[in-house]
Amino acid sequence: MTYQFNFGWLAEYLPVLLGGIRVTVQLIVVGAVFGVALGIFCAWARALGPKWLGAIVGAYVEMIRNTPFLIQLFFIFFGLPSLGVQMDELTAANLAMIINLGAYSCEIIRAGIQATAKGQFEAGASLAMSPFQTFRHVVLLPALQRIWPALSSQIVIVMLGSSVVSQIAAEDLTFAANFIQSRNFRAFETYIVSTLIYLALSILLRQVLAWTGRMIFPRRLAR
Amino acid sequence: MNRRHFILTGCAAALGVLLVQPQAAMADALSSIMARKTIRVAVPQDFPPFGSVGTDMAPRGYDIDMANLIASKLGVKAELVPVTSANRIPYLQTNKVDLVISSLGKNAEREKVIDFTTAYAPFFNGIFAPPDFPAKKVEDLAGKTVGVTRGAVEDLELTKIAPASLTIKRYEDNNGTISAFLSGQVQAIATGNVVAAAILEKNPPKKPTLKFLIKDSPCFIGLNKNEPALLGKVDEIIAAAKKSGELNAIAMKWLKADLPADL
Repeated sequence: MTYQFNFGWLAEYLPVLLGGIRVTVQLIVVGAVFGVALGIFCAWARALGPKWLGAIVGAYVEMIRNTPFLIQLFFIFFGLPSLGVQMDELTAANLAMIINLGAYSCEIIRAGIQATAKGQFEAGASLAMSPFQTFRHVVLLPALQRIWPALSSQIVIVMLGSSVVSQIAAEDLTFAANFIQSRNFRAFETYIVSTLIYLALSILLRQVLAWTGRMIFPRRLAR
Repeated sequence: MNRRHFILTGCAAALGVLLVQPQAAMADALSSIMARKTIRVAVPQDFPPFGSVGTDMAPRGYDIDMANLIASKLGVKAELVPVTSANRIPYLQTNKVDLVISSLGKNAEREKVIDFTTAYAPFFNGIFAPPDFPAKKVEDLAGKTVGVTRGAVEDLELTKIAPASLTIKRYEDNNGTISAFLSGQVQAIATGNVVAAAILEKNPPKKPTLKFLIKDSPCFIGLNKNEPALLGKVDEIIAAAKKSGELNAIAMKWLKADLPADL
């Protein structure tokens, strides 16, 4: 191999990279928290909620799961201003990620809810709990525990997918890499560095999610 | 001298004549154009609005109109030779064309190998914004948001001169920059006059008008060195067309803007 590696630019562009990491982390934290919250609500609506609400949520889920994330992002950022809804690129990116993760996590969490044994619902009812109380206190946590690994993977996928927000000039890690690459013309080195950062972020995120799981679900799942 | 030597020498001599022949024909390009009653012009075919192929498969654009204008002033027929930006100068050097009218910019390396006429078309990067946007110089952009295509010349130049409070939004390609401008995500854009003309052609509600220049590199017509007669004649035609408004009409047609006064 005759390629001459050169990482001399790293010091100069470190602030750009750090800024990019900060935005990517902010995007995934906001996206994961609100996206999963939206997913729990949608999963309840589809699995246990009133029929009309389930139909609306079903349409939303199918719409989002069958269109590309980039197009959803463009729709929000470039399309909505025509209807008078204007937002900056970070808000648009956050919103797109919440809507996207909401739809995917809805289906994952719904699987967890529907895997709940019928006896659990009956047990709740026999203790004079309302359907919502049964959902809140009996069904939800074990359901989340069942699908936690799948949900964690989806959150990591959404974080990696967030790289496309650079297309609307949101200054995330991918934007930082592209920006540096267009200044130093060191594509190979720049993308090696950004790849390693993404890898580290993914591993870190999985650890944080596993730790969160241990916090929320102290007991082992009954088989 | 034996027979083989004789043949070899003869071949070499014939080859020499063949090699010298085009040089001799090039002695005065203007008179050979007039004798041929045709001027061969290298034009772009993949660079609208300067040159592209229309829906009727005929070449159209600023450079094509310019070639036809020069031909009609000379009273000859224009033969349009489509070229790419990489081969336009070799076409001229190998005498396949008489003129290169192909959005050609002037620089020191090119000036070593070919001659240039006076400028015939504006080509520049600048800040474009709707007519009511107040900005006359780069300092006026303080506190504003400007969109630009990442890594383009205008990105690098604007980054150098931008006031600290100017927010620069960098998009992946020209389409992103244009969409950001039209949807109001940025107040102004830094781009080329050609891109601005392409936006104007779509007749959008927000019209990008030039606020100030970032980098100016107008287009020149290229021709072979040591052709003072042709150079003088083409310069004369350009000057007359500027004065009569014919060149301005071409600019209005293809670039949707008047010729800059200093061109």
